[in-house]
Amino acid sequence: MSDHDYRPKSKVGQWFNDRLPLLTLANHLTDYPTPKNLNYWWTFGGILTFCLITQIITGLTLAMHYIAHADMAFESVEHIMRDVNYGWLIRYIHANGASMFFLAVYIHIFRSLFYGSYKAPREIIWIIGIIIYLLMMAAAFMGYVLPWGQMSFWGATVITNLFSAIPLVGEGIVTWLWGGYSVDNPTLTRFFTLHYLIPFLILGLVVLHIWALHVPGNNNPVGIDIKKPSKDTVPFHPYIVIKDGFALLMFMIVFAFFVFYSPNILGHADNYIEANPMVTPAHIVPEWYLLPFYAILRSVPDKLLGVVAMLSAILILAVLPWLDTSKIRSAVFRPLYKQFYWILVADVLILGYVGAMPAEGLYLLIARVATAYYFLHFLVILPILGFKEKTLPVPLSITEPVLGGSPNLATARKKESKIE
Amino acid sequence: MSEKKTKRRDFLFTATTAVGAVGAAAVVWPMIDQMNPDASVKALASTEVDVSALTPGNTLTVLWRGKPVFIRRRTKEEIDEARKVKMEDLIHPEKDEDRAKNPEWLVMLGVCTHLGCVPLNDKGDYNGWFCPCHGSHYDTSGRIRKGPAPLNMEIPKYEFVNANTIKIG
Repeated sequence: MSDHDYRPKSKVGQWFNDRLPLLTLANHLTDYPTPKNLNYWWTFGGILTFCLITQIITGLTLAMHYIAHADMAFESVEHIMRDVNYGWLIRYIHANGASMFFLAVYIHIFRSLFYGSYKAPREIIWIIGIIIYLLMMAAAFMGYVLPWGQMSFWGATVITNLFSAIPLVGEGIVTWLWGGYSVDNPTLTRFFTLHYLIPFLILGLVVLHIWALHVPGNNNPVGIDIKKPSKDTVPFHPYIVIKDGFALLMFMIVFAFFVFYSPNILGHADNYIEANPMVTPAHIVPEWYLLPFYAILRSVPDKLLGVVAMLSAILILAVLPWLDTSKIRSAVFRPLYKQFYWILVADVLILGYVGAMPAEGLYLLIARVATAYYFLHFLVILPILGFKEKTLPVPLSITEPVLGGSPNLATARKKESKIE
Repeated sequence: MSEKKTKRRDFLFTATTAVGAVGAAAVVWPMIDQMNPDASVKALASTEVDVSALTPGNTLTVLWRGKPVFIRRRTKEEIDEARKVKMEDLIHPEKDEDRAKNPEWLVMLGVCTHLGCVPLNDKGDYNGWFCPCHGSHYDTSGRIRKGPAPLNMEIPKYEFVNANTIKIG
């Protein structure tokens, strides 16, 4: 790569860079050649970095006022809301920030699914991403327990009880997780510790995620390998920085809308009732971003198999690069995959909807069909599609469709001939 | 070349690795075990409950080891209903006679065996309990009849200290 030849202009810079090549790294990041056809779906990586930093900063400040004790946690959260200067703002940013984080990560994941960004040579980027996603769910779950409201307590009870489905050692594991015979103070203090730790683990994995990305470079909407740097690329700075910055501003408008106009719409009223181990709320549902998996858990009538199905639904993503047998990355050139992709999107949305509904009657039936389809998509449709599908001709360079004005080669060539 | 002689160095390598592994395990175990219930949690082993005010057809819920315990004084109909159930109709076959030694009193952990919610009293298809979380139905003996829960609600260790007092644990 050319950035190894980089030499700082100033004498001081050279002196420093010879001892610790941070300026070489900075130069690599600014000059990093990026496909010039990246669309706005590619701006969510930057948005997610913003979300992570926001959660860390607001989390640190909340931790200065929060008390992790079963007798005081609920009150300390109310203290933050009422007494601490701007406590309400910081807490609402943190609570809604979790939802915004998941909104962005789902868009980021589904962008990857559409454009085949998980395929060779980007499997490691993808797998690191899945690990980050799992850690995000763990962090979000434990964070939701900290206010020690009714949903906190019963959410914690239900989720930790998932481990009791493991044969033989399950009960022992649950007692170990709780530090007692039920969710109680020892559970709260360890959840607080882990909730504090995980974001920094994620931060480390984000560095690896980006490092792994910078080896092959970005995928792009056309999904072809490109030479870099070349006519097909632009430097990260200023081109992508400005585009990411603009998208981030748009995203922050949505974020601010939730924080200032409907800060509790994504939460549950029950969590403003202090935890009571004697009464379970009539209707327990997890936060919206976990609903599809919750629906899968409930759609299986067997305890152990339900838990297995739910975990498989997430872990199956890690082996996706090998389940998808098609050599073509972008769905733009895969007419059949494109349709199945949108069916999958609908399927996940349906699962999310029925996950929020009571598990009975028609809802349960829909949840079962949608669960079956989810696995069918990854285990049957994708492997077969790679062999059966007739894909469209792929352009040789990014410049070809860009000049023609369409990512589809046939239309591009038609347009070009019209211009002539 | 065909025979590989064990050298002094190989022995040292194996011995060092083995001792190192044992040492690492000895250090890791306290870090894992510190998360298990501590002495103060274990000390809260038993609770005594005064049940003199409980009339037939009513349930008293008390907290034991952080978990709710249902003490149900059952009516004649409830006992009959629980006792006439055939074993082959049960998901987790247990005789009501074994679950409630004194038929009038049913003492059990009010914890759904699916994922640990507290089932609601006098609800569900079997006149017993119904778990609102994932829809498990329990009969008047607290046995699972329908839904995702695999087991009957657990009977804790308990005894009548005198006619009006139950000691749980």
